[in-house]
Amino acid sequence: MHELALMQGILEQVEQKVVEHALKKVTRVKLVVGKMTAALPDALRFCFSVLTEDGPCAGAELEIEEREIVAACSDCKEEFTVRGIDFRCPRCNGRNTRVVQGNELYIDFIEGE
Amino acid sequence: MSKKVEMKTRILKTNEDWAGRNREVLAGKGVKALNLMSSPGSGKTTILERTVESLRDEIRLGVIEGDLQTELDAERIRRLGIPVYQIETGGGCHLDAEMVARAMEQLPLEEIDLLFIENVGNLVCPAEFDLGEDLKVMVASVTEGHDKPAKYPLMFREASVILVNKMDLVSATDFDMEAFARDVAKINPKAEVFWVSAKTGAGFEEWCEWLKGYVKGKP
Ligand SMILES: Nc1nc2c(ncn2[C@@H]2O[C@H](COP(=O)(O)OP(=O)(O)OP(=O)(O)O)[C@@H](O)[C@H]2O)c(=O)[nH]1
Ligand SMILES: [Mg+2]
Ligand SMILES: [Zn+2]
Repeated sequence: MHELALMQGILEQVEQKVVEHALKKVTRVKLVVGKMTAALPDALRFCFSVLTEDGPCAGAELEIEEREIVAACSDCKEEFTVRGIDFRCPRCNGRNTRVVQGNELYIDFIEGE
Repeated sequence: MSKKVEMKTRILKTNEDWAGRNREVLAGKGVKALNLMSSPGSGKTTILERTVESLRDEIRLGVIEGDLQTELDAERIRRLGIPVYQIETGGGCHLDAEMVARAMEQLPLEEIDLLFIENVGNLVCPAEFDLGEDLKVMVASVTEGHDKPAKYPLMFREASVILVNKMDLVSATDFDMEAFARDVAKINPKAEVFWVSAKTGAGFEEWCEWLKGYVKGKP
């Protein structure tokens, strides 16, 4: 729902790098988005296309790497991919699990000329 | 010539920084803060009204109200005679930590032990924005249906406490308490769940006792 605001923030960060590195234009922006976040890749893509009609990112490719949700069990140390909504440990049925992957939401790198 | 610039920049970094500062300020003043989240109309403000009425003689309370446009919720709380500050998000779908920082400046934090922050009614976005709170509390009402944990797992996962509200209406709906509890146990097996009615007061004794224990227990 707030992907527009997220993308505005992303583009501000990117444009700062454009200035720092004296780039003429950006050709690629790579994001990492975990599935525990509320950011939807399709909505991010849409907002990117709307917000980059002009400016240094015009025509740039947006790549989004999605990360599965991985949890770790504090009881038996098992690490497992969370499928659906079940965060309990599939090995020992333990309840003490914490998310170790899937909360990512960051700009990985940009490419430009 | 193409050039690659590594960034590894967290997109919500600004919010995370504000949240960290809020957490320090609150801890410094000995305030425990609860972030109250739900979809629109689940009963956050009504729950707050009843909670304030039963606890205000024992615990020094304060409230930050988040609302899209109006002062309505803040006025409801202000009538109860405790400090309240209203944030208007102007259409924003969630509170962020910077808004809460501004609100905190307007409240007498030295005179508050327990601060409730009522987030904007929305089942998705608020879960993503750390406000610097100690605990996330979620309200889900039976009129929304028992499938909400399965459909919106993120907020149910993030909440430490889940209040299932409008239990006075449960027999008028097809809300399946067992299915709801089963899904919550999968998503967030450590969550405290209270079945309440802000209208009749059912379940509030347990919830308020729990809050008292929480406020006293935490260093
Ligand atoms: N029957 C019944 N109605 C309730 C209960 N709790 C709240 N309501 C009603 O539900 C409506 C919405 O309640 P609010 O407390 O304003 O809900 P809210 O979550 O603060 O709403 P927003 O701030 O707009 O997101 C009001 O008409 C309340 O009277 C309850 O336990 N039972
Ligand atoms: Mg309200
Ligand atoms: Zn295990």
